[in-house]
Amino acid sequence: MGAYVVRRVLIMVLLLLLLTLTVFVLFSLLPADVARLTCGKVCTDQTIELNRARLGLDKSIWEQYWIFLTGLFIGRTYGVGEGAIVCEAPCLGFSFTKTEPVLQLILDRLPATIFLALGAFVLFLIGGVAIGVYSALRRGRWQDKTVMGISLVGYSLPSFFIGLVVIYFVIIRWKVLPFPQYVQPWDDPVRFLQTMILPWLVLAVLYAAFYTRLTRSQMLETLNEDYIRTARAKGLPERVVVRKHALRAGLTPIVTAAGLDFAGLLGGAIILETIFSLPGLGSLAVSAVLDPDLAILVGVTLITAVFIIVANLVVDVLYAVIDPRVRPS
Amino acid sequence: MTAFLEVDDLSVSFPTEDGVVKAVSGSSFSVAQGRTLAVVGESGSGKSVTAQAIMGLLNRSFADISGRIVLDGTDLLTLDDDEVRRMRGSTMAMIFQDPLSSLHPFYRIGDQLSEAVRVHNKVSKSEARARAIEALERVGIPSPDKRVDDYPHQLSGGMRQRVMIAMALINSPSLLIADEPTTALDVTVQAQITELMSELQRATGTTLVIITHDLGVVADMADEVCVMYGGRVVEYAPVRDIYYAPQHPYTQGLLASVPRLATDRVDRLDPIPGNPPSLINLPSGCVFHPRCGHRAEVPGDRCRLEEPRLMSVATDHLVRCHLAEQGGAR
Repeated sequence: MGAYVVRRVLIMVLLLLLLTLTVFVLFSLLPADVARLTCGKVCTDQTIELNRARLGLDKSIWEQYWIFLTGLFIGRTYGVGEGAIVCEAPCLGFSFTKTEPVLQLILDRLPATIFLALGAFVLFLIGGVAIGVYSALRRGRWQDKTVMGISLVGYSLPSFFIGLVVIYFVIIRWKVLPFPQYVQPWDDPVRFLQTMILPWLVLAVLYAAFYTRLTRSQMLETLNEDYIRTARAKGLPERVVVRKHALRAGLTPIVTAAGLDFAGLLGGAIILETIFSLPGLGSLAVSAVLDPDLAILVGVTLITAVFIIVANLVVDVLYAVIDPRVRPS
Repeated sequence: MTAFLEVDDLSVSFPTEDGVVKAVSGSSFSVAQGRTLAVVGESGSGKSVTAQAIMGLLNRSFADISGRIVLDGTDLLTLDDDEVRRMRGSTMAMIFQDPLSSLHPFYRIGDQLSEAVRVHNKVSKSEARARAIEALERVGIPSPDKRVDDYPHQLSGGMRQRVMIAMALINSPSLLIADEPTTALDVTVQAQITELMSELQRATGTTLVIITHDLGVVADMADEVCVMYGGRVVEYAPVRDIYYAPQHPYTQGLLASVPRLATDRVDRLDPIPGNPPSLINLPSGCVFHPRCGHRAEVPGDRCRLEEPRLMSVATDHLVRCHLAEQGGAR
């Protein structure tokens, strides 16, 4: 098991190298001229060329990539002498529109995104799996049909629609909650919860619909397995049969989906963060597109990719924990 | 002979969208304590459903069950779900056809065995584990103290079936139902498993109901044989009578379709023509009449019009056939 994880981590490092290269080359090929974008209002050809040299854009893509890579480990300096900007390791690049290192920007935005993802994840996973099991056990009856109907609606509604409707009624019409304003939970926990509860619930409803359906179909499948009949033939109470034998066997695809969904959420829930004005990675990415700020886009893309790759690794390890047959011997 | 297990006029049907599936219709048979009953028949003859009905494994909200299933004086069909559950795995146990799919792939066999112990007995985990190892040893698994930590996929098919047997017998049930226990196994392993089951039965005195379509297994193990067709018991007799004096044309057909090494090799196998009946649209009269070669011997087309009764033709020998009333088929 240990060797397996080590091998997977090595592959992950290789994958990240390949990914950074791809992202880097892709963004370098974009028609936008970063030197001009960072030049400001009064802009001469001379300043553009100076900027180009300062940003290292006069070098070949491969050299730029090398500088970018080394920047991750030893940092890098933009320009020379008095006006030089030092970006310390690990340097993901420097945003000239926000005049801050990209890493710092990302770290500032990370808490809001992590809290949003974590809260929603716990809610939709527990809710979705529990309702899915309930629905499977009452297959074909009115409870099952109601749950399936509601989940279809939840699954189909776009997040911006639910988000805006919820804001309109809960915040504007009924004034149950104040307008969302993000604060860190350690500064003002009450305000934090007041801000987060709606985006959590909206995300949870959207995702839980999917997990309800997935869990239900998994349960219906495993409940028909021969080993479930064996478990019943042993005289196990039905709740043990369902929880310990059927649910465990149907868990694998749920874990896969959950891992990737969680990673996706960590990359920023772009629409919901924007609607609820949460300062997360999603809204950072949106502003980077509008500005436009390529350094931030590269940074956010990379971080998101890292989350997804790590999530894949975690999912694969969890597979082996759940199913002994896939454990490497 | 007093019956330990008595199935009396058992009917099981499943309402489906295509119609009512009459899996078992008015089945009756019995087994005395410590004896072995073989239930024989093709797929869809109602053998497995009968077994599951006895074990209380049929979901009563999907299956209509009527009749009586009396085990040691108690009618199982009058008990509530929880009472039957308590008997499952303790008083009565079952082993299944495919040991690989019947063992949970994610749990160690030791844990699956201990679970069976602990659901019926208040014992510690280590005590249950000790009993699991003991049970594995009893079914002839080598170094059981190591195998106990294996997962099902690490064992061979024969070993897995031994584990299933160990699990079924771990609480010393007085009734063991084996549903085609050798069908999914290699031929060489089949003999070992039947041997093991006979041996364990001799040692424990368990009453055994073995469901099979392997007439070799029947000859090896059974005391009495119950032949089922189309959800009905068509013949019930001591094992010798079944082989030497089969009365029902279907039983005769089954025996004729078994290859024999002793007879002349030029002889071809003699299969029963036609297919098993649809359980939704059962034939009228005798369910076997569309495939029966002796139909013409019964006057007045009675085979098509009138369902024969299960009648006694000799001591402990029952047959459901109009011909039997006339002195038997030839």
